[in-house]
Amino acid sequence: MRKTTYIQVINEALGEEMRRDENVFVMGEDVGRYGGLFRVTRNLFDEFGPKRVIDTPISEQGFFGMALGAASVGMRPILELMYMDFSLVAADQIFNQIAKYHYMTGGLVNIPLVIRGQQGAGKRYGSQHSQSVDSLYAHFPGIKVVAPATPYDAKGLLKSAIRDDNPVVFLEHKMLYFTRGEAPPADEEYTIPIGKADVKREGSDLTIATFSYCVLQALEAAEELSEKHGIEVEVVDLRSVEPLDIDTVLASVAKTGHLLAVHESYANSGIGAEIVAQAYEIAPHLLKSPARRLGMAPVSIPVSKPLEEEILPWKGQMVATVLEMMG
Amino acid sequence: MTKKSSTASADDTPRSQAKLSDIPANGVVSTTTDLLSSQVEIAFDVPALPAETLAEMYRQALLIRQVEEFLLKAAEEGKIGGAMHTAIGHEANAVGAAAALNPDDYLTCTYRGHHHGLAHGMDVGRAIAEVLGRADGFAGGKGGSMHFVAPEHGMMGSNGIVGAQVPHAAGLALASQIRDEGRVAITFFGDGAIFQGVMHETFNMASKWKLPVIFYCENNRYSEMTPTWRTSSVGEFYQFARAYGMESVQIDGNDAEVVHAAVTQAAERARAGEGPTFIEGITYRLAGHMAGDLETYRSAEEIEEQRSHDPVLVLRNRLLERGSSEEEIAKIDAAVEKSVAEAIAFAEASPWPDPAMAYTDVYRT
Repeated sequence: MRKTTYIQVINEALGEEMRRDENVFVMGEDVGRYGGLFRVTRNLFDEFGPKRVIDTPISEQGFFGMALGAASVGMRPILELMYMDFSLVAADQIFNQIAKYHYMTGGLVNIPLVIRGQQGAGKRYGSQHSQSVDSLYAHFPGIKVVAPATPYDAKGLLKSAIRDDNPVVFLEHKMLYFTRGEAPPADEEYTIPIGKADVKREGSDLTIATFSYCVLQALEAAEELSEKHGIEVEVVDLRSVEPLDIDTVLASVAKTGHLLAVHESYANSGIGAEIVAQAYEIAPHLLKSPARRLGMAPVSIPVSKPLEEEILPWKGQMVATVLEMMG
Repeated sequence: MTKKSSTASADDTPRSQAKLSDIPANGVVSTTTDLLSSQVEIAFDVPALPAETLAEMYRQALLIRQVEEFLLKAAEEGKIGGAMHTAIGHEANAVGAAAALNPDDYLTCTYRGHHHGLAHGMDVGRAIAEVLGRADGFAGGKGGSMHFVAPEHGMMGSNGIVGAQVPHAAGLALASQIRDEGRVAITFFGDGAIFQGVMHETFNMASKWKLPVIFYCENNRYSEMTPTWRTSSVGEFYQFARAYGMESVQIDGNDAEVVHAAVTQAAERARAGEGPTFIEGITYRLAGHMAGDLETYRSAEEIEEQRSHDPVLVLRNRLLERGSSEEEIAKIDAAVEKSVAEAIAFAEASPWPDPAMAYTDVYRT
């Protein structure tokens, strides 16, 4: 194992998969010669050339639609978005086309592609460059939604996403890009199956089910709750929200009796509401207190530091909510 | 004609748009370069096709017509749910193009796409069964009329969203280019699709990357229930191609032989690495936009006038001109009638799908 960054392993996973399978190619804005806004695709153009690392014009609908066409005959496009907010420009191609194609054709045509890019708040980019789209995508059948929190998970899950025969939205987070973590050496082959949650911290008193950058925030919240309040939180990293590994969440709740679901997308009609609802539908007897959800407040995301910090469902809000629940 | 000032909504003057009757006998109006020099010059010849090819195109056109007439009637009688968009009057665009392409070339098209699926070899019985929502439909009844698909024939899908299928064809062409396969993709769309933004995004990328794709506009002059001139700032749509550096041509889309010639040339250019071609086939929808269309936007006289350009009739007359006998044509007619009747019987006898199938095919497992 070595210590490496989230960006580094994404870059490695792309290169290793392109070497492994000549059907894999990358499309997006500035991904080629420039190497991507966040340098995630650096060096790929030099190695694979313009046929497999394609600089597109700023035409998200068009190149998303083209990716569907190429994927329908077995190519494996990886579409990079600078900000996942921009994916909404291609909403028809994603929701009406890519997500539905396999079903509408009675399974005759499948669309193996990956839509990847960073989302999330915390760097004061404002309303159109900070939102989290995970709950939105999870609402639509036909797309898998993966959002890993650590470099180890990111590499293994991106490889699985590229090899998946279905469309996968792979959500990175701008606060995660320069975080470091353990991972096997480059070129050491491993994958992580999509749809399996991972317990990132064991605890006996309350379960926080979350994913992406909120996992790191939850781990910090758990340390504070342990040190200052003697509350031991178990942190379940969902790693993907579609498929949703509710079994691992409920296995944790069976131990703790308390459930808080946290995410950075909007709390209303969000994935946290889904997790809480499933807990009540499947195993209400496990809950010793009302299950809660915590997400972004229902406002557009503001730029100013104190305004943005006010609405982020991060450590401070998690600690406060857990203390309320454990009253 | 007095020029009206004031707003666009008050502009009720039909602008010039090509009609079939305006098109010269050789079927070709003009090309991009002609526009630049403002001289009409014929860009390509329309060679006479062999008798067998003409006869096969006639057989397909007649078969499509009869299937569409059955489906339209069934929809009007309430036997089929959902929207029913038939291609009655558009047949030549499909059969001419299909005959010009290779069996492994790709195709995408609009929800008005039964004719393309059938011209590209889809099984007629399974196609009708799909529209009827039966278990033997090619997609088990999940796709229906607007989602025809037959990957084994390169038919990668008709689409319910106007214009959405156009980038799909460019992507198929991109796959062919990356793999160096020499396959061409053709996509059919209507004049109503021209103003979707995704079209122009795709034109730009396809032309810039010289993708082996053919953009085929079936211009029937109506954007669903509105004459397209009412919402268009542009007279002739093939002019768009010029802005993107593409070759373009406007042709008689009701003459399968002309369509064949245009698509053949475009496919040759695409395979030679010369990039996309835009073909505007002037055609006419002889039935409504969909079953139940009140058709208040056009007169009975207009439709009657267009019947003299009926593409099935054009092909039939062409066969007679080239020496086929009435008896030979009658034989084709009888064979088509029989096969359509058999396909309908097959589809109507097909069972409803098991309701449990509603939950399958969400993901490829």
